[in-house]
Amino acid sequence: MKDASMFHKLHDPGLSAVTVYIDGQAVAAEAGESVAAVLLRQPAGWSRTTPISESPRAPYCMMGVCFECLVEIDGKGSVQGCLTPVREGMSIIRHMGVRRLSA
Amino acid sequence: MNGGHSDVLIVGAGPAGMAAAVSAAGLGLSVRVIDDQVAPGGQIWRGIEAVAASPRLARLGDAYGEGVSRAAAFRVCGALYEPQSQLWQIEPGFRAFVTRDGEARVFTATAVILATGAQERPVPFPGWTLPGVLTAGAAQILLKTADQVPEKPVWIAGCGPLPLLYMTQLLAAGGSIAGFLDTTPRGRMGAALRHLPGGLRRLGDLVKGLSWSRALQRQGFPIIRQVTELRAEGEGRLQRLSYRTANGRGDSVPAEVLLVHEGIVPNIHAPLALGCDIRWHEGQHCYVPVLDEWGEASQANVFIVGDGAGIGGMEACEPRGRLAALRLAARMQKLGEAAADAAARKERAALSRALALRPLLDTLYAPRPQVFAPADETLVCRCEEVTAGELRSRAVQGQPGPNQIKAFTRAGMGPCQGRQCGYTVAHILAAAQNRSVEDVGFYRIRPPLKPVTLGELASLDEQETAA
Repeated sequence: MKDASMFHKLHDPGLSAVTVYIDGQAVAAEAGESVAAVLLRQPAGWSRTTPISESPRAPYCMMGVCFECLVEIDGKGSVQGCLTPVREGMSIIRHMGVRRLSA
Repeated sequence: MNGGHSDVLIVGAGPAGMAAAVSAAGLGLSVRVIDDQVAPGGQIWRGIEAVAASPRLARLGDAYGEGVSRAAAFRVCGALYEPQSQLWQIEPGFRAFVTRDGEARVFTATAVILATGAQERPVPFPGWTLPGVLTAGAAQILLKTADQVPEKPVWIAGCGPLPLLYMTQLLAAGGSIAGFLDTTPRGRMGAALRHLPGGLRRLGDLVKGLSWSRALQRQGFPIIRQVTELRAEGEGRLQRLSYRTANGRGDSVPAEVLLVHEGIVPNIHAPLALGCDIRWHEGQHCYVPVLDEWGEASQANVFIVGDGAGIGGMEACEPRGRLAALRLAARMQKLGEAAADAAARKERAALSRALALRPLLDTLYAPRPQVFAPADETLVCRCEEVTAGELRSRAVQGQPGPNQIKAFTRAGMGPCQGRQCGYTVAHILAAAQNRSVEDVGFYRIRPPLKPVTLGELASLDEQETAA
């Protein structure tokens, strides 16, 4: 039960299908849908763990006001997944705890 | 550094922003529209262009379908449209700092129309931060933009038109509902019906709302009335949902997705950043900007339209947007004062009709008191994980306001900048200090309104050096 997805898509993306990589894992998506929507379809439907208690969080508002879906996208950190459409080959890294400064 | 100048900069491409843009551009003003999203429509018509071409349009309902023609008119109106542009600072002058595709730009304008809409009212309760707890609006956006529904029968808790609409749309799409926990308190209908005479001007909407309710009742899923308390539990994600009603009844049920909704409140971050005056709206339990009859704020040449002006619903958005455009066109000598006044009379009549049902809806669906007084263990500030109990104990050490509480506890200091905790913090302080919420006030809003990277800031500097 714990690993069942929370959401599913009603149609097959067909020609709009793309592959994105969540923490390096290939995942099917539909071009133009948001990163947050794709995250919510995964068996582990969370998007980050918090800097304070490292508890998991998932997309909550889908309209850019809760910031629970902050992820690293193609190397750029703290991007709002609900406002970012997926593209073929996109790399999505979920933030784990406190973010560290990197080059 | 300058991304360009326009007579008018419109922030937001929802119904109000699009109407303002079409009207202002039509009157001969140069217009630039910046918006968070990939395509026009705002939240109400989210994803409308993509859905328009699919069979999904019909099952999302007529009001959604109205967005097709609006988005098409907006696309050809002549306004410069900048989608996927995140506004992170706006200052008098006017200068708007925006990030698009990882690059920061500054747009300047003579006037600003803020059409930044509303957000769902934060509904804190124990466990509301668990994955699997989302807002009903979030689920509706998932349906509109990704054709995506909860895997298992879903629990929905709250009140207002949106849960009813979402449940109707979800069932039409083939989804299923585990139960509806209606949080509307007892006696609300009687109080609301006092506003019926005014609301009769919107009889069609009343009938539509009642027909949704009836159709949902026929579906046979449990509807539990007068729910006062919610609790979400689980290891790493929602697994159990507990609730209690006004008469002390309660239950605990397995749940994987819980959708909550207790109405919507205007987005006031951009108006506050510009120093616009706000006032407490007793009927809507939120702050609204102080505006004149054209929608102009206390700062000259700042107009606020759409639900950001005070919750008015979709049909109030377009007249408000056009009123702002008319005023600016007259001020910039594109239109005579008399012509602007004549056109404005028509828009104000439409606005008055659109708002006729509001007092009834505001009364019927006013948030239950528990929304503003969560249990001590509840995380009020999701970002910095500050509990209601900690806020309450700090609230009586002196008489701190929201900004002191922020410094003491970090509540409101995370990436959401108080969007999820501002109202709860204000209510907790007000209750503990025996003050009114209006007297307590709200967080001071400082830039950046959204996270911005050093790289983005650096890109701004490079452009400045080159210019």
